[in-house]
Amino acid sequence: MSTSTFDHLTPEQIEEFGEEMDALRQRLVADLGEADAAYIRTVVKRQRQLEIAGRALFYLPPAWPAAVAALSLSKIFDNMEIGHNVMHGQYDWMGDPGLNSRMYEWDTVCPSEQWKYSHNYIHHTFTNILGKDRDIGYGILRMDEDQQWRPYYLGNPVYAFLLMVFFEWGVLLHDLEVERIAAGEKTWAETKHLHRGMLRKVRNQTLKDYLLFPAVTGPFFVPTLIGNATANLVRNVWAFNIIFCGHFPSGVATFSREETEDETRGQWYLRQLLGSANITGSRLFHVMTGNLSHQIEHHLFPDLPARRYPEIAPEVREICERYGLAYNTGPLRKQLGSVARKILRLALPTRTPSYDGPEVVGEPAAA
Amino acid sequence: MGLAQTLLRSRALEALTSPHGVDRYLEIANPMWAAREVRARVVDVRREVDVPGHPPVATITLQPTSTWRGHRAGQHVQLGVEVAGARRTTRVFSISSPDSRAGDRFTVTMRANPDAPRDRQSVSRYLVERAPVGTVVHLSQAQGEFVLPNRVPDHVVLISGGSGITPVMSMLRSLQRRTHRGRVTFLHYAQSPDHQIFAAELDEVRRSGWGIDVHLLHPELGDPALSPAYLERLVPGYRDVPTWACGPAPLMSAVHAAYDGSEALHVEYFKLGTARPDGGAAGEPADGTVSFARSGVDVGNDGGTLLEQAEAAGLAPESGCRMGICLTCTTRKTEGTVRNVLTGETSSQPDEDIRICVSVPCTSTALDL
Repeated sequence: MSTSTFDHLTPEQIEEFGEEMDALRQRLVADLGEADAAYIRTVVKRQRQLEIAGRALFYLPPAWPAAVAALSLSKIFDNMEIGHNVMHGQYDWMGDPGLNSRMYEWDTVCPSEQWKYSHNYIHHTFTNILGKDRDIGYGILRMDEDQQWRPYYLGNPVYAFLLMVFFEWGVLLHDLEVERIAAGEKTWAETKHLHRGMLRKVRNQTLKDYLLFPAVTGPFFVPTLIGNATANLVRNVWAFNIIFCGHFPSGVATFSREETEDETRGQWYLRQLLGSANITGSRLFHVMTGNLSHQIEHHLFPDLPARRYPEIAPEVREICERYGLAYNTGPLRKQLGSVARKILRLALPTRTPSYDGPEVVGEPAAA
Repeated sequence: MGLAQTLLRSRALEALTSPHGVDRYLEIANPMWAAREVRARVVDVRREVDVPGHPPVATITLQPTSTWRGHRAGQHVQLGVEVAGARRTTRVFSISSPDSRAGDRFTVTMRANPDAPRDRQSVSRYLVERAPVGTVVHLSQAQGEFVLPNRVPDHVVLISGGSGITPVMSMLRSLQRRTHRGRVTFLHYAQSPDHQIFAAELDEVRRSGWGIDVHLLHPELGDPALSPAYLERLVPGYRDVPTWACGPAPLMSAVHAAYDGSEALHVEYFKLGTARPDGGAAGEPADGTVSFARSGVDVGNDGGTLLEQAEAAGLAPESGCRMGICLTCTTRKTEGTVRNVLTGETSSQPDEDIRICVSVPCTSTALDL
């Protein structure tokens, strides 16, 4: 159920809103070209240079921090501004196999094929619909009041911390839907088609980062190993924090299956807008987040090049203002603080909407 | 080079550069360095035919990367260039130079396509009219079964029409290089002598008297068209003489009729798009057929999205969001003009990946489904 409201809009107004979004989209599509291609190629080039520099600097023990920094940045660019966006098909129009959504593989343990299914299809189609969008809490956390409280959720902050540290592994295991297997809704055998791809990707990634590159630095095996692990950790923490600011700050709406049945295009746009939140920051910050700091624009136009999101954000915001719709944005510390409070608050059973009366504890979960 | 290539293709380097692969790093240093992919630099563009009012023909000389495995005369290559708006477009061209070995230079000869849609630049027009020397193009390895056997028969007939001369010219040049001692009968059909590609070279071949009979024919100027009677006069018992033919559809039907199912005939077709560059505005009535090539199903175009039409035809293509965002349903369209219902954009390119859930066919369309 929504915490933001759009009750003031008539169905006709909602469709008009959708048409304005469609028009914006068409204008962008018609304008795609050299500048977008040059941009993504520059980012790829910088990422490859950072990666090579990072790998090479491990031969110089005093440069260890620089090596870790370069490799961390390389992995962040690879996963976010390049991998995530390329796999959304944002650059498919270029016809370059190296930047094609069907062929790109990223520098993280989750196979691109599996991630594209759960992300591009499930998450982007059923965004913030409880019971359909598995990105609400990823099957591990309680991130919405309407997820029924169970004693398990007392560990909410611990699980969130662990998910942050081991984020790439969490993303890898996401498609197995372990929580549904545990609940008996799904069998292990039903996940069999995923196992081979997972194992192969895990083998390639761990072999490279934890055996081969340490080995080629010879006497510096251990520092290189620790450096590579640190770079993966830095990327995990960064990606987790940016992604959690995309849908979990307070004020972001969730929806029920019932209210989203037979949704029109206008209603779909509306749900994408109200279900997402932006982060303000500098140009470099936006690039570092893969422009997911513009989560709202990304959810409205997931297959358009992300570098366009900052460019169209003022216009999207202006349209929202005209329709009296909330546009959730704020600096990183504000959005992160809001997410952290939510993780803590939802570890406990939900209180009824607050008035200055006595605290009423929600019903205990029927296990 | 041998050692470098072995190293570049080693499993160790592949493991270290996983998941991107060695080529994604090499290309940043130098586009002509590659471990697996094939690219080439344009080293020369020479006009073969330049008749005012007609599309020009040019021979492009390409220096491939060391990954090029060479080609056999008659084969073709997929060639991709970035044309207008950073969009890479790939087309198939026959190789016009004689057999090449790994890493050897070779040439492609092409006519600038006059029918290219106005909004998209055509590959041939770009290469013939504008590509500067030094341009890097993307290649496949040489492909195709339209080749001479290793042991060339004593008598060979070659038939070509228009720019279909390119693979046949490659064969002719290879035969000369291999010092083929038998007889070659070469028939070529062109609009007029002015349109003749490789005119000077063919003239020299004709005069040199090395057992190659060259017949340059211009039916529009009164020369005999291809017919069994004409062939019989030139080559008695031609149906049993190994023949290689390449040209536009009308010529090829005449060749097929003349050879009447003979196993001595080897042919190569041009791939001609059935696309209507001006077709398919929104609101136009649906027409044509939709062919699902892999399933062997053809249905009448009902104007719905290709995904709906595929499902109505009893197919079950993979799909997800059904609104053009998740890419699950992306399918190769081999021919036809389709309109994207989200953007209204129409596209007529052959061999293009489209999202079938938001694409409606405007003309007869074929999908790899």
